[in-house]
Formats: sequence, C-alpha cells, structure tokens
Amino acid sequence: MAAIAGAAETDEIGVLPGHSTLRLHVEGARNALADAGLKLSDIDGIASVSSPGPIQVAHALGIQPRWIDGTGVGGTSFLLHVRHAVAAIQAGHADTILITHGESGRSRVGSARGSMPASSPNAQFEAPYGVFGPPTMFTIPLLRYMKEFGLTPEQLASVAVAQRKWAARNPRAMYRKPITVEDVLDSRMISYPFHLLECCLVTDGGGALIVTSDERAADLRKPPVHILGTGETFESPLISQMADFTTSAAFCRSSRDAFAEARIGVGDVDHVMIYDAFAHVPIYGLEDMGFVGRGEAGPFIAEGHTSPGGSLPVNTNGGGLSYTHTGMYGMFLIQESVRQLRGEAAAQVPGVEVSVALGNGGMFMAAGTLVLGNRKP
Amino acid sequence: MGKPVPAPTPETRPFFDGAAAGELRIQRCADCGEPFFYPRPSCPFCASGAVEWFTASGRATLYSYTISHRPAPGFEQDAPYAIAVVQLAEGPRMMTNIVGIENTPDNLVLDMDLEVTFEQRGDVTIPQFTPAGGH
Repeated sequence: MAAIAGAAETDEIGVLPGHSTLRLHVEGARNALADAGLKLSDIDGIASVSSPGPIQVAHALGIQPRWIDGTGVGGTSFLLHVRHAVAAIQAGHADTILITHGESGRSRVGSARGSMPASSPNAQFEAPYGVFGPPTMFTIPLLRYMKEFGLTPEQLASVAVAQRKWAARNPRAMYRKPITVEDVLDSRMISYPFHLLECCLVTDGGGALIVTSDERAADLRKPPVHILGTGETFESPLISQMADFTTSAAFCRSSRDAFAEARIGVGDVDHVMIYDAFAHVPIYGLEDMGFVGRGEAGPFIAEGHTSPGGSLPVNTNGGGLSYTHTGMYGMFLIQESVRQLRGEAAAQVPGVEVSVALGNGGMFMAAGTLVLGNRKP
Repeated sequence: MGKPVPAPTPETRPFFDGAAAGELRIQRCADCGEPFFYPRPSCPFCASGAVEWFTASGRATLYSYTISHRPAPGFEQDAPYAIAVVQLAEGPRMMTNIVGIENTPDNLVLDMDLEVTFEQRGDVTIPQFTPAGGH
C-alpha cells in the first residue's frame, strides 16, 4: 500500500480573520513538508477540494504535479483523497502526493456561501420546508433512532461531555472547560432535540498530508503511518432519502471495505476518530462500524468507555464538538490518528498501533474510512 | 426575503402540476412496480426508463423531525417550526412541514397519522401535511 509521511495543521486554528482560505492551504502544506523533511520539488501529485481547489493551491505553492484529484464530497473528501493517492502511487501515476485543506469557516474570509441550483432536488424538495444549514438537516434522523432504541437525552449529551474530557487535555482545543450532562441539557436549544453543546464548533484552520510509498516513507524524517485499508461511498444527497434513519448505509459500506482490506476486526483497533458534526454521529459511527451492537452506543459512551481511561478512546483531540470544525472537518480526523500512531498527541493514548478514522460528507451523504497503523502490514 | 420557491424542471413539473390541482402525484416503475420519490427519469430500483405518474392517497405517518429554533430566511414568523420527514402510505418518504398544529414535541408524536394539504408559494404549490382527521 502506501504511507502518510507528513502530517501537519496550520500554525493556529480557531478564529483567524487575518487568514485567507488559500493561505490556510499553503501554510498547512509547508508545515506538512517540513514534518516529512521533503521539498516542494519532491511533490508530484496534489489533491484538494474547491474552493480554492487543487490547481490554485498547486500554482500558489509553485508545484507542477503529474496527478490531480479534486474529489469533493464534503467533509470526508480528504479521506477519499488518501484512498485515491494510494491507488495512484500503486499505479505509478505519482510518487509523493500532497493533500491540503484550508477553510475560513468562521471568519468567511474571501469565501462565498455555497448555494444549490434552484432546480436541484435539494432546492425543490427540501429547501422549501425551511431547512437552515446542517443544524436543521443532519439532526432530522435522530428522533427516529431515539424511538427505535430508547436513546435518552442524557446519553446524547454524554457524547459532548466525553469529548470535552479529551479536549481538556489538548491545549489547541477551542473549548477546554469541563462540562456536565446538565450543562449540555441546559444550553440553548438549537434544533430539537439538539442543544448548542451538541452542535459542532465553527472555526478557521487547515492542514495537509503527504502520502508516498511505504519504501520511500521509511527513509523520511518521521516514522511512517501505514495506510492499511480504505473505503468510500455515498448514500443520498437528500437527507430525507436516507434508507433508514437509524443507521448510515454509507458508514456501514465504507467501513466494511476498509476493515476487509486491512484484514482486521474491531477488536484489533486501539483508537477511533469519528466525524462529529453533531453529537449523534459518533453514536451512529460506533454501531455502523460494528464496535457495539445496534442501540448500544449511547449507553457505551455514557458509561465512559470512549473517555480518557476507557476501553475504546474516541475523538481524542476533542472532536468537532470541542477541538475545531472548519466546515470540512475530515482533515483533522486524519491528523489526530497520525499523531496518536506516532505517539505525539496532546492527549496521547498508550500503545496505539491501529487507528480508524470515519469521515462524513454532507448530511449523512457520503462516507470515507481509513484504517491506519504504525507497523507495516 | 420570502420563503424559497422551488423551480420545477421538465422531469418534476407533473409533481407541481399535481399539487396545484390538489393532488399528491408521485412516480412508480411500470416494470417492477416500485413507487419512488423524488421524481427521476428512471427507476432507482431496476433502472427501467418506464416510469409513470400516479396520484398517491395523501395519507402518511410521521417518520422523524427536528424543531428548528433558528428560522431560515423567510421563516421568521414560524420559528420554532418542525422540519419533518413523513412516510407516505405508498412507501416513499418526503420532507415537509406539519401545519394545523403547534409544532411542539408533545404534539408531534412519531408514527402519528397525517394527511396532505397544500400551500401556494409564489407561482408554485407545495404539499404539506396536517394531522389526519383534524378537520
């Protein structure tokens, strides 16, 4: 397969009104190159998401790649870029690939708000009913899940509490003050049954990765993080057309492929990152990947199993709920998996050898899964 | 800014024409028989291009919802309001609003029976749902 040889975030993340989106991409890229001990001239492939997109980023950096990927499936795009990079390296289309992310999600520097064409299915069959961004779409399936499986408001709130415990150990996390279930349930209602503290941050920031062959990665500055298995898929561009509101078919399919390719089971996994745009997503992710049975994730998290000291550390950077969420958060999942596998995370878990990152794109629209390890398969 | 008005395409025009006539018209496959929503040029179950329109019963149940406390542009007078997904008696699901009842968690009980009603929105008519037998 191939390995991640360089990984870095922008110098700062959070509120950066003085940074353009393009600057965030470039800064992340330069930091990742320095992390790997590589020069710009070593890069012959680039992947990123519009806008600004891979061509603007490559040109701004001053590189002339022979492989380009602009796959854009929302926040999980970067997990797909890693998968595509592995294939490109295996095919000989590129040797060393740069994947960048930068987003002025909070300050909106130089970025236009996206809008659907009026004739799209989303604009015709969802927008007329008063949806107002992710808080009113991503949230819709949960009441059905709560009815089917008896998930309580307290269990949902415990997701935010668990992740804040990790964030408290991470100096780069935006929110670090410990919170209780009561704090979460007392916070402002955003979109019933979701309170403010069950919704992700909105921040500015970026990061980049460098993917190369296992052989080349072995000679570079940092220990390689091997890409053991990958998966990608989509379910529906319309949240109303998900097949079953109690499970993400995309999470299931992309993770099944990634685990099969890596030839591992859930018992082999030491650390998990799950895209948490809202507090229910880690619940769906744990069940859809098979770490717990259907309906068991809420009690599992509430009992502390995913918290510091628990049996299955999840979202150890503090997640989108407490660490950062630029809009397309997937890059930060991979960054934390890499840090944990290298033993350099702020809230380091002892003995991590296999880490899984599960990314979401849109509102349960698309998924990407990466199985990463610090030992060669 | 008013509420969003859908812009029908040739493929979706019969749906909105039906709504204007007070009917919920959806598609089904003439080959495999499966009904589906949203309107498409081919069957998502068997890929047949033989799709046909029919008038659904207008009966549905409440599948899931969220109650938005932050209004979308044009919905300032409505918040907090529910954005719901209903399951039609024929099987397909669609997004909608629930009208004719205050949108509170106590009033909106999953699987409650609903029936279609229609709202004129600019030049277009859109289906909405209301508790069944409530009128």
